[in-house]
Amino acid sequence: MTSTQKKSTFTILLVGIVLGILLWGGFNWTLELTNTEQFCISCHEMRDTPYQELQETIHFTNRTGVRATCPDCHVPREWIYKIIRKIKATNELYHHFIAKDVDTPEKFEAHRLELAKHVWKTMKETDSRECRNCHDFNSMDFDRQETRAADRHDEAIDKGYTCIDCHKGISHHLPEGYDPGADAPGGDDDEGDDAE
Amino acid sequence: MKKPFTAAIVATSLLFAMGTMATAAEKLASLRGTHDIEGSSLKVSKKKLISQEGGFERSYKKQPPLIPHKIEKYRITLKNNGCLKCHSKKNHKKEKAPMVGESHFLTRDGKKLDHVSTRRWFCNQCHAPQLNAKPLVENEFVGLK
Repeated sequence: MTSTQKKSTFTILLVGIVLGILLWGGFNWTLELTNTEQFCISCHEMRDTPYQELQETIHFTNRTGVRATCPDCHVPREWIYKIIRKIKATNELYHHFIAKDVDTPEKFEAHRLELAKHVWKTMKETDSRECRNCHDFNSMDFDRQETRAADRHDEAIDKGYTCIDCHKGISHHLPEGYDPGADAPGGDDDEGDDAE
Repeated sequence: MKKPFTAAIVATSLLFAMGTMATAAEKLASLRGTHDIEGSSLKVSKKKLISQEGGFERSYKKQPPLIPHKIEKYRITLKNNGCLKCHSKKNHKKEKAPMVGESHFLTRDGKKLDHVSTRRWFCNQCHAPQLNAKPLVENEFVGLK
């Protein structure tokens, strides 16, 4: 290798590294910008309905001042799952800009059951992964819970229930057509059916 | 037409007179006490909903049972009723919760429904949660045992 060749290889390498940092950094920076509450509620679909409902719940204000924002529950933290979710989110762009089928509170209400079922299904499939970013059975002190809650959590560990099996509608209103009284925790488990 | 008008004038002046008398007579203490009306308000101690295992005793026959737990997490709307998560026919055994009373499945004409009657839908119209508050005045009421 001549010294000119060496020089140009070095230049290409240097340019590559700098460009790589800039592009990759820029990509992640933009990605993180789309991962904020501010971004989510910049669309009126989210601002007018789900965000309003969130504000009534313990995930918004509580004793300790820890707040869960939209992406904390709805965007996976792990990189690969996050990218998959972000790609799937392009479907939401279609509904926002072209289909316009949830752009008023009334239309949102009409689709609420369907939308909720999507989220419930995902959470069931991922074993409530996003919940477990913060809530971990290993960190739960059952002595500090109400007896009722402690008993049920104990059962949930034994039988492998996932958070969403019982905790539906904790951050947004429950949809019409879903009956909490008929949904026995544990999914297909029909132990509760014997009630006369 | 004239009579009510005169009556109104008399009533207004009476009210006014009473008002001036009340401010003059410091001895007249309201429930609020002698706390200065201009001063900052008294600090109110916060009361929280209480949980009591086993529930509360009824004070009289057919009293709607009191709610022995916190209820802020459960919503009742026209669409669904969060209380039924545990108190429904299907779930109450599993959740070890008392079931919604049989009377709640009847229409006002006595027809039996397979779901909670709409007139019994809003639980907290009759069932109340409890605060850990002392009675404001002495009370010797003894409930029916």
